[in-house]
Amino acid sequence: MPNPSAPRQNGHQQDPAVRKNNFEEVAHTFTQEEALLEADRCLNCPTHPCQNACPVGVHIPAFIAKVKAGDIGAAASEIMQTSLLPAICGRVCPQEHHCEGHCVLKAKFGAVNIGGLERFVADTARAQGKLNAPTPAAATGKKVVCIGSGPSSLACAAELRRAGHKVVVMEALHAYGGVLRYGIPSFRLPREVINKEVETLAEMGVEFKTDILVGATITLQELLAEYDAVYIGSGAGLPMMLGIPGENAVGVYSANEFLTRVNLMQAYKFPQTDTPIRVGQHVIVLGGGNSAMDAARCAMRLAPQSVTIAYRRSREEMPARVAEVEHAQEEGVQFEYLVTPKEIVQDESGHVTAVRFTRNELGAPDEKGRRRPVEIPGSDFLMPADNVIVAIGQRPNPTITKTTPQLKTTERGVIALNEKGETSLPGVFAGGDIIRGGATVLLAMNDGIVAAGKIKEYLENK
Amino acid sequence: MQENEILLKEQLNEVVMKFVIYKPLIAKSAKAGQFVILRGREGGERVPVTLVDWDAQKGTITIIIQSIGKSTFMFNSLKQGDSFLNILGPLGTPVEIKNYGAVAVVGGGVGIAEVYPIARALKEAGNKVISVLGARTKDLIILEPEMKAVSDLILPCTDDGSHGQKGMVTDVLKSVVESGEKINAGFIIGPIPMMKFTAKLMLDLGIEPYASLNPIMLDGTGMCGGCRVSVEGKVRFACVDGPMFPARTIDFDELIRRTGEYKDREKTAVEHYEKDHQCKLGLH
Repeated sequence: MPNPSAPRQNGHQQDPAVRKNNFEEVAHTFTQEEALLEADRCLNCPTHPCQNACPVGVHIPAFIAKVKAGDIGAAASEIMQTSLLPAICGRVCPQEHHCEGHCVLKAKFGAVNIGGLERFVADTARAQGKLNAPTPAAATGKKVVCIGSGPSSLACAAELRRAGHKVVVMEALHAYGGVLRYGIPSFRLPREVINKEVETLAEMGVEFKTDILVGATITLQELLAEYDAVYIGSGAGLPMMLGIPGENAVGVYSANEFLTRVNLMQAYKFPQTDTPIRVGQHVIVLGGGNSAMDAARCAMRLAPQSVTIAYRRSREEMPARVAEVEHAQEEGVQFEYLVTPKEIVQDESGHVTAVRFTRNELGAPDEKGRRRPVEIPGSDFLMPADNVIVAIGQRPNPTITKTTPQLKTTERGVIALNEKGETSLPGVFAGGDIIRGGATVLLAMNDGIVAAGKIKEYLENK
Repeated sequence: MQENEILLKEQLNEVVMKFVIYKPLIAKSAKAGQFVILRGREGGERVPVTLVDWDAQKGTITIIIQSIGKSTFMFNSLKQGDSFLNILGPLGTPVEIKNYGAVAVVGGGVGIAEVYPIARALKEAGNKVISVLGARTKDLIILEPEMKAVSDLILPCTDDGSHGQKGMVTDVLKSVVESGEKINAGFIIGPIPMMKFTAKLMLDLGIEPYASLNPIMLDGTGMCGGCRVSVEGKVRFACVDGPMFPARTIDFDELIRRTGEYKDREKTAVEHYEKDHQCKLGLH
């Protein structure tokens, strides 16, 4: 019998006092015992609201039942029917908004820790050599190129390869993973996990190429001449700045630059690695999303006196994953809510010395239902800073759209899709942040999977 | 022959090397004013380097590198037959090539190599090309024969007078204009202070200046924004909007401050390398 009222297993984490000095993973994978206790809580509801709420439709009760039965290999295969990146999903998906948010146990006993179980299955099956990539269907003779190697492109590539198409993934940077690699820190997603998931796809026969910036190294038109279809999953990749005075002062980073230095270039290992980074005594991070949390927690690990996240609304409106906010707080990151940055103050040498803020109060809700910040006149104040990290979002990188005028975009610069989910160019499909402007890993993955379905259909009719 | 392989290496002076590299996709699409990003080893940094020449038929690109820090020293230690680990390009917006009439092309030190493809394209577009090549001393003037071949007039100058006129590029430019030459546009690549003063002089002389900027870069694709520069009071990304900008309104002082951010770290990197390898890089 299931035991839903047993306490939710939250696994174990590195002590905050220790982990704020390292880049090792914060949360440990469930032990066998924890996993069994947690799996035992699942009621295996026939209506599976968790699975319905999962953007990629992971067979959640079914895989949990296999954990319960002790068959990790079967549990992994169950997950991999819909998602070929389980070790990543289990770690970075905002489960509270999807599966766990819809678990029937949530109100009374706390939701089943589905993320923790997915991760346990992926890590354990991999360690036991049971995380086997599915055998692709017989070769179709059709070729597809996926642009970018972030979550959306990887998911699309996996599904297309599974269907027997030849798939090439083209990445602009020197390492695969896109935002998983340059954006998400290793203490949330170890580099080894990204490498392994990419290896799994390579074992299925997906071909990977680095150092190709489509729109510069090769054009979309050239790719269309060589491939039967193209998937654009090139991501956001254009940082938004505030447009306030002082933004070009020395010591001001975009979140993308700061995170890329730390995560992709491993600047925290300098001088063993060659890319430097500099963090002074006081760091202010502007923004309230996951990038802001990641930047603040990376900054914390570079040993400043203080790291403060400054957000213009209150904690309730903050878009970051709850666990990330909690982890940041445990690690000593401070939060200043209801403040709007007005100016980055610099000294004569052009270095940041402070940020001037105005205080806000919450006004009426906006179109998304989040209460709008309203400035309180005369409430200006200065907060000292040696570094400022601007983490207020991203826009789509225009490299491909600029060099492909036939490809329609919206006024926000994202690639436009028609009601059938197609771009304005036949044979060209798109998903992830290049159509969303800046969303989550899971939405990007789901776009890739959905687009793979459309591409398969397109290739059959071609 | 494999991608990124060094087919030919030539030493141009004590600290400057020329590499011809097999990289067909870049060779096919490169244009004057564009650059590549290089990495030499795992853990290595991403270093932007201007494309000096390319040959679509042979599938080769040519770059010229001056040893100024650990990474460039390590690049310059690569041998013929070795390969760069990563080469991404061609990056940046090509320089607008058209017939301006008479143009001044000004290169300082290794900037001569960087300005060479622009001089060549301008010459092919029918411009009268007046090239001013400056350096501290004779050995540091590179590619003079190549520049001569694409220039109507070539004017080297050195700080110590060991080659060409003794003095700065600004002195030479001024005397050319004073001799009655009417120049419409100027293209400047070199150290930032040299670009700043040359641009200012050009404006005084009625020449529309353009300068190629070299801020700190990471990805080179517009993703990180580290290469922010101020042009016409607006924030621009040198990697995608540039690297060449109208120099009339470039905030050169800001660029100097921003490029200085990691000077001490570069020194640390060199010292660390020297300690590890028990050697002296002998950088200037």
